[in-house]
Amino acid sequence: MHITDILVTGEPIIYGAMVSMALVGIALLFILTYFKKWKWLWSEWLTTVDHKKIGVMYILSALLMLFRGGVDAMMMRVQLAFPDLGFLNSQHYNEIFTTHGTIMIIFMAMPFLIGLMNIIVPLQIGARDFAFPYLNALSFWSFFFGMALFNISFVIGGSPDAGWTSYTPLSGAAMSPGPGQNFYLMGLQLSGIGTLATGINLMVTILKMRAPGMKLFHMPIFTWSTLVTCFIIVFAFPILTVALALLTIDRVFGAQFFTLTGEGLPMMWANLFWMWGHPEVYIVILPAFGIFSEVIATFAKKRLFGYNVMVWSMIVIALLSFLVWVHHFFTMGAGAFVNSVFSVSTMLIAVPTGVKIFNWLATLYKSKIEFTVPMLWSLAFIPSFILGGVTGVMLGMAAADYQFHNSYFLIAHFHYVLIAGTVFACFAGLVFWYPKMFGHKMNERLGKWAFWLFFFGFHVCFFPQYFLGLDGMPRRLFITNVAEWLPLNVISTVGAFGMGLGFIVFVYNVYYSFRYSERETTGDSWNGNGRTLEWATTTPVPYYNFATVPYVDEIDPYIRMKEEGKTTFEEDKVKPIHMPSYTGQPFIMMALLGLASFGLVFEWMYVAVFGLIGAVFMMIRRSFDYDDGYYVPVEEIKRTEKKARGL
Amino acid sequence: MADSKKRVPMNHVIGFILSLVMTLVAAWAAIQSDLPVTWVIIGIMILALLQAGVQLFMFMHVTEASSGNGHVPWNMMFHGFALAGILVAGSLFVMSFGHDHGDHGDMGENQQHEEQQSEDHSGH
Repeated sequence: MHITDILVTGEPIIYGAMVSMALVGIALLFILTYFKKWKWLWSEWLTTVDHKKIGVMYILSALLMLFRGGVDAMMMRVQLAFPDLGFLNSQHYNEIFTTHGTIMIIFMAMPFLIGLMNIIVPLQIGARDFAFPYLNALSFWSFFFGMALFNISFVIGGSPDAGWTSYTPLSGAAMSPGPGQNFYLMGLQLSGIGTLATGINLMVTILKMRAPGMKLFHMPIFTWSTLVTCFIIVFAFPILTVALALLTIDRVFGAQFFTLTGEGLPMMWANLFWMWGHPEVYIVILPAFGIFSEVIATFAKKRLFGYNVMVWSMIVIALLSFLVWVHHFFTMGAGAFVNSVFSVSTMLIAVPTGVKIFNWLATLYKSKIEFTVPMLWSLAFIPSFILGGVTGVMLGMAAADYQFHNSYFLIAHFHYVLIAGTVFACFAGLVFWYPKMFGHKMNERLGKWAFWLFFFGFHVCFFPQYFLGLDGMPRRLFITNVAEWLPLNVISTVGAFGMGLGFIVFVYNVYYSFRYSERETTGDSWNGNGRTLEWATTTPVPYYNFATVPYVDEIDPYIRMKEEGKTTFEEDKVKPIHMPSYTGQPFIMMALLGLASFGLVFEWMYVAVFGLIGAVFMMIRRSFDYDDGYYVPVEEIKRTEKKARGL
Repeated sequence: MADSKKRVPMNHVIGFILSLVMTLVAAWAAIQSDLPVTWVIIGIMILALLQAGVQLFMFMHVTEASSGNGHVPWNMMFHGFALAGILVAGSLFVMSFGHDHGDHGDMGENQQHEEQQSEDHSGH
């Protein structure tokens, strides 16, 4: 077979992407070789089991994906604003909206939040690492190779083009032949392993490894949101796994689960997809709520108003998230009774969410607000998210949904909740915890520029889309030269480029701050306003996190610790610390599974079998792995802590 | 983790072989055997229950009540059963109510049109 059989040919934009990818790849190889960094890359990053480093890798990957998904978005916006330009053809447009949606949800939002959880949750509960550090590395590499597999689709083999929902029968073998849709299935399946494992891992970590005395209702609210999210992950992701596996068997091995021939049920895909898909929405929004709660409490300098109610409302949201999935396909044609039931359960979710909004407002009420960059993102979240939430209730009315369904009204709604909720939270969380991760803050002035550009860009981009929807513009539409729609589409495109500009300033800020920001000297970076245990550690955080773990029996324990002059280094109590060893096995195992997935995409069974056997071999090796880690000696801990604390 | 010193975890080895055998038997029953479909289904169901038993008692921590949080496995199993209930009952509810996948494929749709029409009338 010839190489051109699988390479995507004939698209100038894709040729451009190929060339730029090749150039970046060569540049990376050159830099790593020239500065002799290969060993550093392997021994410090590829083999790490340290939750903080894994978190950083998650966030870097997520930022890369935000770039990729953002470029997709802007290409769509160019096409919609200049419909006569012939910028994209219909096939290319289909591929781009499919990859935009899939990447933003699966490879941007989730890994970004999981990255923040990775770094922050163990620090908030006084743990030294995850319960299963090896598994944590495995999770990251499974996500990473899943992401790589999905992303190469646009140069090799062709991207999936059936929408991020991948509805059957359109995504079945008959109507979408070729490898494109297989990339979707295998990429999601592979990264799904990692997500599920992370859910279990974090759940065990939070349930079993809290600081002495810390009850569940003493946990910081971000940790609580993570715990609730983990429950949703553990119970929702198996549904996706099964659905993806069934469709893979349909496509690769000729079964008939989702085809009309052979008594399959195409609509069962939509049913299963949204049984996972709705909880998935809460997987990406609950941690966001947690981040906003932390940021708002810190910069309002008050205890979070109604902590218990906040926790319970998250639990109720998690329960309800499993009972509303039909509102994504009211128009499928189930009876009025079915739609009514799900209409009511959908609107119920507005109740606990509303409770949370009022609690944030009450936290802010009569407080001395400090307008830092993370606080700006959090304050902007509240009104923006309410716009998304209210339109969500409108969409939840089954009868009205027959009008809104699959129109730009829906597009505007979910971008209002996902961007104003999740993306704002990712930026808020990253800026907020940035000093903990990298030892310096991000520049405030540039951070505010990035915020205002992104914030205005966001509203200019998506607010007109509500009206486009009401004017009848359907989603996933490639030709839009309808005179009534054009002005709003042009405005929307301008907004999209504003957001792009904001992102560029943000990325520039990463570089600028690395060069010029003041290095942190204390662990409590935000003017001593830290409330929870992560701020009690030194900056940079030592690899064992806590020399001694404090006794915690209240919410916001670090406030009292500061009053009483306590630290996480009580010299007379230091004991040797048990830490896990670094290992390259997770990387190799997941690379082999990635190879197997790649084989399945093209239905090259020999490659798939080879990869699978290799992965099983790695698992057997792991079973006979008796490396129990090592102990950090007391002297080393004391030396590290004294240096970091300037004692 | 009391017996982590033992080099060969016999319990796990036996459990692993048992689950492989049961999977193979189930596959054989579905693909190769001449049993009537009802018996195949019943057989697979029984094998599934046995399989779950092997997982729970030979691999998982159901037997470790002394671990301090011995209620955790039962708690998670309860959630699992609740979810399975939602999944099965919910799918049946959604996929069958108002549809008709039997021989009279058109009936469901007609009914719906009638319903919509009657709703329209009552609205006026």
